[in-house]
Amino acid sequence: MRRVVVTGLGLVTPLGADVETAWANLIASKSGAGPITRFDASDQACRVACEVKPADHPWGFDPNKRVDHKVQRQVDPFIIYGIDAAGQALEDAGLTGMSETERLRAGLSIGAGIGGLPGIEHESIVLHEKGPRRVSPHFVHGRLINLISGQVSIKYGLMGPNHAVVTACSTGAHSIGDAARMIALGDADVMLAGGAEGAICPLGIAGFAQARALSTAFNDQPEKASRPYDRDRDGFVMGEGAGVVVLEEYERAKARSAKIYAELVGYGLSGDAYHVTAPHPEGSGAFRSMEMALKKSGLTLADIDYVNAHGTSTPLGDELELGAVRRLFGDQIGHISMSSTKSAIGHLLGGAGAVESIFCILAMRDQIVPPTLNLDNPSESCEGVDLVPLVAKKRQVRAVLNNSFGFGGTNASLIFKPAE
Amino acid sequence: MSETAERVKKIVVEHLGVEQEKVTEDASFIDDLGADSLDIVELVMAFEEEFGVEIPDDAAEKITTVKDAISYIDNNKG
Repeated sequence: MRRVVVTGLGLVTPLGADVETAWANLIASKSGAGPITRFDASDQACRVACEVKPADHPWGFDPNKRVDHKVQRQVDPFIIYGIDAAGQALEDAGLTGMSETERLRAGLSIGAGIGGLPGIEHESIVLHEKGPRRVSPHFVHGRLINLISGQVSIKYGLMGPNHAVVTACSTGAHSIGDAARMIALGDADVMLAGGAEGAICPLGIAGFAQARALSTAFNDQPEKASRPYDRDRDGFVMGEGAGVVVLEEYERAKARSAKIYAELVGYGLSGDAYHVTAPHPEGSGAFRSMEMALKKSGLTLADIDYVNAHGTSTPLGDELELGAVRRLFGDQIGHISMSSTKSAIGHLLGGAGAVESIFCILAMRDQIVPPTLNLDNPSESCEGVDLVPLVAKKRQVRAVLNNSFGFGGTNASLIFKPAE
Repeated sequence: MSETAERVKKIVVEHLGVEQEKVTEDASFIDDLGADSLDIVELVMAFEEEFGVEIPDDAAEKITTVKDAISYIDNNKG
């Protein structure tokens, strides 16, 4: 099997609309949370979210940089975030000027968990109030999940595999893992891989709140709401944005002297086969996913220094993931650091696994692990595990493990290490 | 410029993201302004909303330039 490395990164997040800004803010313990501003949320049980900030904010997002005006009018926010993050990654990799022969072997695997919910909500109101002849002709292709991959392929002329994963909150990790396999098996030489989400709308917030998944106890202190592993946590905070990486076949990257951030060495996947929203009570799916990734990587537990947890800040999920990590690492648990960056950027759902993979890669680059914000009083079960409370920590970071778990009981784990 | 022409041009600029100077009365939506067939469906819907006219599909098919749109609206608005 061919080796696969990461040669480009792109981020649109509630903490910054480029890689270095988002990373600097994350390391500085800043929070992307605030009161919901996209719509009037006064009748919602949850009134906080981690929104991507407007262009005039110090770390805001300007869609005009990489997304055509016409496209902006036709598509949902998740597609706009995805196009921009993909463009950043391609620019970072120095691959915007590929030849036709190269572009025939360059593809995409950029997914989303939910897709164009704000647009679906809006157009269903149009249909109800004004009738079918007022529904936008761009309604369908402006909401479909695979339309980040579609739009980016058209913009940059990428003619290889055109794929889009939909596995709820595991989407970003599965997207990267699947794309890496396409390169390893020879279906493509370059893949833009990642995930995006933009579902902060009345229906999205109400839906997750009714599923009892969102935090509702911190509406007056939004920055305190996402608090993974803390005893007062009460649900996740919805985030939005996108993360996209350029995956490239190792020999090709080396031959063109590309900047190589990391090698993707392990990918594990599993299903809980238990419940649509609740994780397996023994965390068995999470455990098997991590175990498979580790086995594939050829590394030992002693090689892993940092775990970026799924850690959404739900009472049950955090506990069970911690249990599975404890079971996997056994007496090696003491040497790892494990944090949840969802404490700062919220839960990006389909974008989470990709954004967090990028944070893992940057942790290796800078030899520093990002903090778990608001971890004021760790749950009892956290004893003996370094969850990097409140502030980032300088330490040795050799290999990293990233976990993502989604509704439907779908689990994915990725392991990166420096390419040698 | 008639009031209709002004409002039509404003809609075209907003929907197609083109510069105002390019939206002359002779400009073809597809050949000069970069629209595709779905953009024209959307423009026709926007004209219907703005002017309170109904533009049936067979009439919409004949609207290919800015001038066509202005004349249709002037001849059919209530």
